[in-house]
Amino acid sequence: MSMLEVKDIHKSYGVCEVLKGISFTMEKHETKVIIGTSGTGKSTLLKCINQLEAPDKGEVWLDGEEITNPSTDINMARQKIGFVFQDFNLFNHLTALKNVSIGLEKVKHIEKEQAREIAIKELQRVGLEKQVNQYPAQLSGGQKQRVGIARALAMDPSIILFDEPTSALDPELIGDVLDVMKSLAGKVAMLIVTHEMGFARNVADEIIFMEGGVIVEKGSPKQMFQNPKMERTKQFLGKISTLYGGE
Amino acid sequence: MKGLAVTIGLTLSSVFIASIIAIIMAMARCFSKQPIPSLILIYEKVFRGIPLLVIFILIYFGLAQAGFIIDVLIAAVIGLALHSTAYQIQIFRCAINSIPEGQLIAAKSLGMSNLKAMRHIILPQMLRLSIPGWSNEFTIVLKDTSIAIAIGVVDLMRQSRYIIVREPSSALYILLFIALIYFILVFSINRGLSYLEKRYIISGLEVNKAR
Repeated sequence: MSMLEVKDIHKSYGVCEVLKGISFTMEKHETKVIIGTSGTGKSTLLKCINQLEAPDKGEVWLDGEEITNPSTDINMARQKIGFVFQDFNLFNHLTALKNVSIGLEKVKHIEKEQAREIAIKELQRVGLEKQVNQYPAQLSGGQKQRVGIARALAMDPSIILFDEPTSALDPELIGDVLDVMKSLAGKVAMLIVTHEMGFARNVADEIIFMEGGVIVEKGSPKQMFQNPKMERTKQFLGKISTLYGGE
Repeated sequence: MKGLAVTIGLTLSSVFIASIIAIIMAMARCFSKQPIPSLILIYEKVFRGIPLLVIFILIYFGLAQAGFIIDVLIAAVIGLALHSTAYQIQIFRCAINSIPEGQLIAAKSLGMSNLKAMRHIILPQMLRLSIPGWSNEFTIVLKDTSIAIAIGVVDLMRQSRYIIVREPSSALYILLFIALIYFILVFSINRGLSYLEKRYIISGLEVNKAR
């Protein structure tokens, strides 16, 4: 059995069906990247996985437990699913350190002192040991996002979902965040929605191309970039490479 | 001086009661399912629509007619609290709305229950953000206590009347003196609260640098 199983997820907003039956699986420590044009339900899919949005139909299984089952304690399940947001969503009234440790203290009920140590360790891991006592408003976008990643990591999740983690950043700052994510590859499972094709090609174990609420094609980066089966995938990747200078 | 103590006591107890109820109601209005927000909205509309004087009279004389005789002070506290709650809900609701929604989502994605997210994420930011509006309300309540003379509360204002009856010639001076006391009270409360506001400002989010 796979670590994460997503089975036939459907989600509609009013009459607009955003997800029309998405299924895939993920193994432990695997990195998958979801690509596709905006508005094809990529973010919605991530939110359906940790139940920030309840899917209308379909199942999500994590570590052998059905998260979509109403009798599952969703707050317990979410501890195992890290989430990194496009616009960071840090807690403005807390320092970087507290942002990372609050989940440990209040959700996992870890001793304050120990939570602090873990938080410092995670902030070091993302290269922010100097910023521990700064507030979100005093950090740059790239630093904020790394705090966001540290906050997710600290909970020791089975999988981290990244929702366009670099889309709100200056081009200059994107590199720092991608480097951190690269360093995590193979250590924790990551499901990443991104437009960073270079990153996708280098880091992903598998690339999933979504359009119109369905998975058009998935495969290894090599296959997807060099020899995509579907005409639509070819078109999309062709457009992207002209945009990003011949990748 | 007994009148002064009554005024301060009335203010503190009614503001305190109103704040607690208003915080809970503001949160419920923003985050709970219908019909609770609508009910709270109705409450707001009703108590912001009725003059405080009418509320006082309704509570004190109205309840008396219905057979419940209550102490004037208690009636005054209830009236002030009911009235102030309606206004404070707005203050707290506005503060809640200015907290980016994403923070609540982030808290939930960490595995926090709604209650925990309210307590650790929303409440601390809401309280800070509501200090300016809240200090306004505080001073308004302080001054509104003087309306309670209508139902016979012996507060600062009432006592001044007693003295004026005894010495009608000095009425102006006595009233000026009373006004001065109100002013000093309000001034010191505002100073205290603006100190709190500065003390607890969220670093990096100082909006009022020009002050």
